[in-house]
Amino acid sequence: MKQNQAAIKVENLFAGYNNIPVIENINFEVLKGEIFVIIGGSGCGKSTLLKHMIGLLPPISGNIIILGENLSRSDRKEKKSILQKIGVAFQSGALFGSMTVMENIMLPLKEFTSLPYPVLEDIAFLKLQLVGLEKNAFLMPDELSGGMKKRAALARAMALDPSIIFLDEPSAGLDPVTSAGLDHLVTDLSSSLGITFVIVTHELASINAISDRIIMLEKDAKGIIAAGTPEQLKNDQTNPDAYNFFNRTIKKGEK
Amino acid sequence: MKPLPNFNFSKDENGAVIAVKGKLDAKGASRLMKAVTPKIFCNSPNLVLDLENVSYLDTAGASFICHLERFCMSRGVKNISIVNIKHEYSNLVNLVRDIREKDFSDQIPLKLSFVETKGKRFSDALYETKEFISYTGEITWALIQSFLHPKKIRWTDTFLVAERAGVDALPIVALISFIVGLVMAFQAAIPMKMFGAELYVADLIGIAMVRELGPLMTAIVLAGRSSSAFAAEIGTMRINEEIDALTVMGLDPVKFLIVPRIIASTVITPLLTIFANLMGMLGGAIVITSMGYPIISYYNEIVSFVAWNDFAGGLIKCFVFGILIAATGCIRGYQTNSGPSAVGESTTRAVVTAIILIALFDGIFSIIYYCLGI
Repeated sequence: MKQNQAAIKVENLFAGYNNIPVIENINFEVLKGEIFVIIGGSGCGKSTLLKHMIGLLPPISGNIIILGENLSRSDRKEKKSILQKIGVAFQSGALFGSMTVMENIMLPLKEFTSLPYPVLEDIAFLKLQLVGLEKNAFLMPDELSGGMKKRAALARAMALDPSIIFLDEPSAGLDPVTSAGLDHLVTDLSSSLGITFVIVTHELASINAISDRIIMLEKDAKGIIAAGTPEQLKNDQTNPDAYNFFNRTIKKGEK
Repeated sequence: MKPLPNFNFSKDENGAVIAVKGKLDAKGASRLMKAVTPKIFCNSPNLVLDLENVSYLDTAGASFICHLERFCMSRGVKNISIVNIKHEYSNLVNLVRDIREKDFSDQIPLKLSFVETKGKRFSDALYETKEFISYTGEITWALIQSFLHPKKIRWTDTFLVAERAGVDALPIVALISFIVGLVMAFQAAIPMKMFGAELYVADLIGIAMVRELGPLMTAIVLAGRSSSAFAAEIGTMRINEEIDALTVMGLDPVKFLIVPRIIASTVITPLLTIFANLMGMLGGAIVITSMGYPIISYYNEIVSFVAWNDFAGGLIKCFVFGILIAATGCIRGYQTNSGPSAVGESTTRAVVTAIILIALFDGIFSIIYYCLGI
């Protein structure tokens, strides 16, 4: 399902907090339909980049163009329209604790459509079925396991049939079997629905299993130090950081 | 059970020997530390540390060995050798030694001077005030938009909040107002009895409750009860990334979470105040009737003395207090940072800010009413 058109373009982006950049001058493109993974060690700016890409933080400078619309230069109304075309599943799931799983998924549908309740219910059930949670629709988020919360968050992210879904550390805190199940779900959704996925993770097994293309960020470089397919990065001995990451080796001089 | 550590100190012409035996864990190492260090004043250039009989050694024990080495060096010992140490213990001691040799000075946070600390606090307070004003503007704009498009207001949430913050607060508001009315009537009745003017206590209770105490007591109870609850709810949502989730869904968290709370609070505060006024007057009535006056006299006295503008003045204040209580709680919740104590801090700040603002606005209203002759 991968196409050659760009779903997301990041141009000369300086991103950080209180005008102090964590990432400097990065450029990359995410193609429509691909599973694009952002990797890097702790504190390298993966989550910061994600927060900028989903419009939670304004860039210090540079542009983030989502489906042809510039998110960083948009006013409130334009931003709202861009955000409705994307879905985000947060690391913790971020399900609304006062609502059932079903209500969580129905919320964006209720807010942005005027469909009658039975139709909303059908859509929500369909999304839950896609993530294998149809039997847990009326549970409260507190009653779900970690893996179920992440799947419910993914179902909510898919509620409005977005073209792009962002996942923040989807495998974090999950056992290998649940994590593999989630990977399988992502590849299935990508191939069947053509959704573009942007995933922030440092789970090597997941990266190898699902990614079409990867960028690797590094703390000291404050930017991208490697980009390519998993095979390219795994075998590229000219790039020691990426090579060490993929081959689970450590840098010289470190224990 | 492993034996407690002990040591044997001997000295000959070649130097001193400290032979340690037993378990060298945190407890054993600290016990040995006190006993060994006075023996180091031996003026011997050579020291041998014999660990043959050490039955257990952990990181605390290894740190003790390294500390002992450094201590001996500082006391003039030239050569220290550790002998008969088991291989696995030797690795641990080397590990501790390596850590000691590393320079961690760049990781130690700089200690700020007194002036810098005060300056930082002042700058943080300014930033926080700026943020508070910015949120106030955002909320005002959202409220204006909501009133222009009332269909977009989340009425279900609004009624739910009104029930929790209003109906559920009735018993506590009733109890406090009743006791305030009762106590005030008792305190006033004693000196007034000397002039045979006990009945005029009704005027005092009526005017005080309607103009000041009713609105103020209700607002303070709601600040403690609802403002903190709003701050905790929104703060927890902030920490659980639920507010971020709303934002990236394209929903405005201010309209979604804050507007229903402000509308609910603005409506229920005057209603609770009317109830508080009645309960306060009921408290006063019990005192007056216990002094032998009929209840109708008490009623007539209040009705003749308390004017409608007194009552209206009190209620207008309540609308403003209602907005302050909800807005403060929501803004403080919205400002919640990360960390285990963040929600607790937000709730405390919400209550403190709400009470300060209530007192401040009560003063402002008093001046306005005085100028208007109300």
